[in-house]
Amino acid sequence: MTGAQSETVKQTLGDARLQLAIYSATNRLMTHRAGAIHQDRLPDYQQLRTEANLLKKHTIDHLDYYLELFEKNVAAHGGKVVYCSDSQEVADFVLSLARERGAHLIVKSKSMTTEEIHFNERLEKHQLEAVETDLGEYILQLAHQRPYHIVAPALHLTRYDVAEIFRKNLGVESEVVIEKQTAIARVALREKFLKADIGVTGANFLVADSGAVVVVENEGNARLTSSAPKIHIAVAGIEKLIPRAQDLGVFLTLLGRSATGQPLTVYTSFLSGPRQSGEIDGPDEFYVVLLDNGRTKLLADPEKRQSLYCIRCGACLNHCPVYRKIGGHNYPWVYSGPIGAIITPQFHGVLKDPWLPFASSLCGACAEVCPVKIDIPKLLLKLRSEVTEAKRREGVGGVERLAFQMWAWLMTHPRIYLALARMSGWFAPLLPKVGPLEKWASQREIPKPAKTSFHQWWRARAENK
Amino acid sequence: MNSREQILGNVRQALKRAAGQIPTTLAAPRLRIPLSDRNLYTTLFGQNLEKLAGKCIFVREPGEVVPALAELLQGKRAVASNAPFLATCGITALSEVESGFTDREQLRAACAVAEVGITSADYALAETGTLVLLSSPQEARMISLLPPMHIAVFPRARMLANLDELLAVLPNPAEQTSSMVLITGPSRTADIEQILVRGVHGPGEICAVIVG
Repeated sequence: MTGAQSETVKQTLGDARLQLAIYSATNRLMTHRAGAIHQDRLPDYQQLRTEANLLKKHTIDHLDYYLELFEKNVAAHGGKVVYCSDSQEVADFVLSLARERGAHLIVKSKSMTTEEIHFNERLEKHQLEAVETDLGEYILQLAHQRPYHIVAPALHLTRYDVAEIFRKNLGVESEVVIEKQTAIARVALREKFLKADIGVTGANFLVADSGAVVVVENEGNARLTSSAPKIHIAVAGIEKLIPRAQDLGVFLTLLGRSATGQPLTVYTSFLSGPRQSGEIDGPDEFYVVLLDNGRTKLLADPEKRQSLYCIRCGACLNHCPVYRKIGGHNYPWVYSGPIGAIITPQFHGVLKDPWLPFASSLCGACAEVCPVKIDIPKLLLKLRSEVTEAKRREGVGGVERLAFQMWAWLMTHPRIYLALARMSGWFAPLLPKVGPLEKWASQREIPKPAKTSFHQWWRARAENK
Repeated sequence: MNSREQILGNVRQALKRAAGQIPTTLAAPRLRIPLSDRNLYTTLFGQNLEKLAGKCIFVREPGEVVPALAELLQGKRAVASNAPFLATCGITALSEVESGFTDREQLRAACAVAEVGITSADYALAETGTLVLLSSPQEARMISLLPPMHIAVFPRARMLANLDELLAVLPNPAEQTSSMVLITGPSRTADIEQILVRGVHGPGEICAVIVG
């Protein structure tokens, strides 16, 4: 962690209001999840997790097959799949389509994938207005912030923050009643929905055997985004595939419950193409953008590949003792929490934010609640060793290595070890105040050395018998 | 090389698979359909929808629908879908109800100012209090979405146990429609301070009328 980063972490930890907001939001989501997966309500929860894991493993292990099957079925219903290697290609595709169709206004529903590629900023440079329509995301877009949480993007803001953001950006009177704030957003966004030329959604699942995009949501903005404008573009990572529509029984049962404790979210849209002949409304054109953006790199490692099973429910964030203290914005990328800690280094290289895999107590809560059973702690350990290895190759991190080498040497030389251990009582209290241990000790309680060592106690005990 | 070839090539290389290689067989989907008394489904549906602040009205026959809705509809502008069952129930004949739209723009304009949208439902799911609507010449998407209140009128026979039974009945919804939506309660958000607010973009009020 750089100095600037540890400064913002300290700010977060010292902000009592923010700490309470993170604590109560994650607590609420945890409680709701626990109720929804309770033995009485979902007796086969563990079997469903196993099933989901096997389905995801199967799909990812045969991803090329399912991508082509999906593509074929999208085409069969009159839609089109567009493969994009990176964010630039997504922007180029949307821009050229917008130009051809004379489109100016894009409405967007919540999508982590488009956050990942800074979609809105890229389009705005070309005079295309892209408006977020999920209430939380809309507020964040007005405030120029990124999501704080995968599921609850604006959990760090209060109604007073929102009042200020709306007053400044929408030219309305300051309004602090949440129902009225919601109504302000409804009116402002309804106008956008009805005027928009293109709707861009994400996708929770891409169903290979149907060529369908499945979008889950509670507000209705994704339904409006996908069905009011004449063009619907769904942007999704290539890992979002599942083999069959019937597999949704497993995935939808787990997703809503793991995310917010809902057996089903308010709206689940199963969208498989432009409107068919005779259908009164719906888009005339339907595109699915399949994004790589580094995902194929992750595939190569048979163990780390499982990071791609993630269905973005956010349960690991809510249950993570680290996320619950430092919040979402202290993570370097849009994906925060334990899942962010394992995918960010794999996308950006382990040395970009080498502290990430270490920002974990390895308590295992994330793995326990993951609906698709990603072994997050194991991957964190693997990434830690990759960070250490990469540092060695780069010739950094020498002090730590030297310390462990000395430790190893000491542990294999018991006499010297014992001699030093006897002396430790004198100089141990000084250690954290000087040298490299000073930083380490600033975050930890240094135990006081005992007056007698274990060895001394054991010997004395034997003699007294 | 275009991006498609490149991405598929990279995937195959990473997975050490050859082009066109068939995957290992996948076990049959596990659909969990409870074997409970079908007569209980409507009660269960009603309970679950009411838990979500939805409303549920039970009537014996189509002729009872209009009187049952009189209070909800009174003096309100409504748009009804072209579902034949709504005509059977006499809803489309009501003076406050506009219906019979075939043009997208006209339908949208009507829905944008209507206070109530009335549809039927292709299926309903008891376990979650869910309405299932398939887009078709009979059912348009905007009617259940733009007006602040959504009323769905459907015969009892369309009640299924749960999502898994729906997927057993419709193994591939894409063969029948370009859009299937599952509606479970009124539109809601908790994006500001985790406080629940209904009707953020979709209808804030929802009412199911089960006939039979």
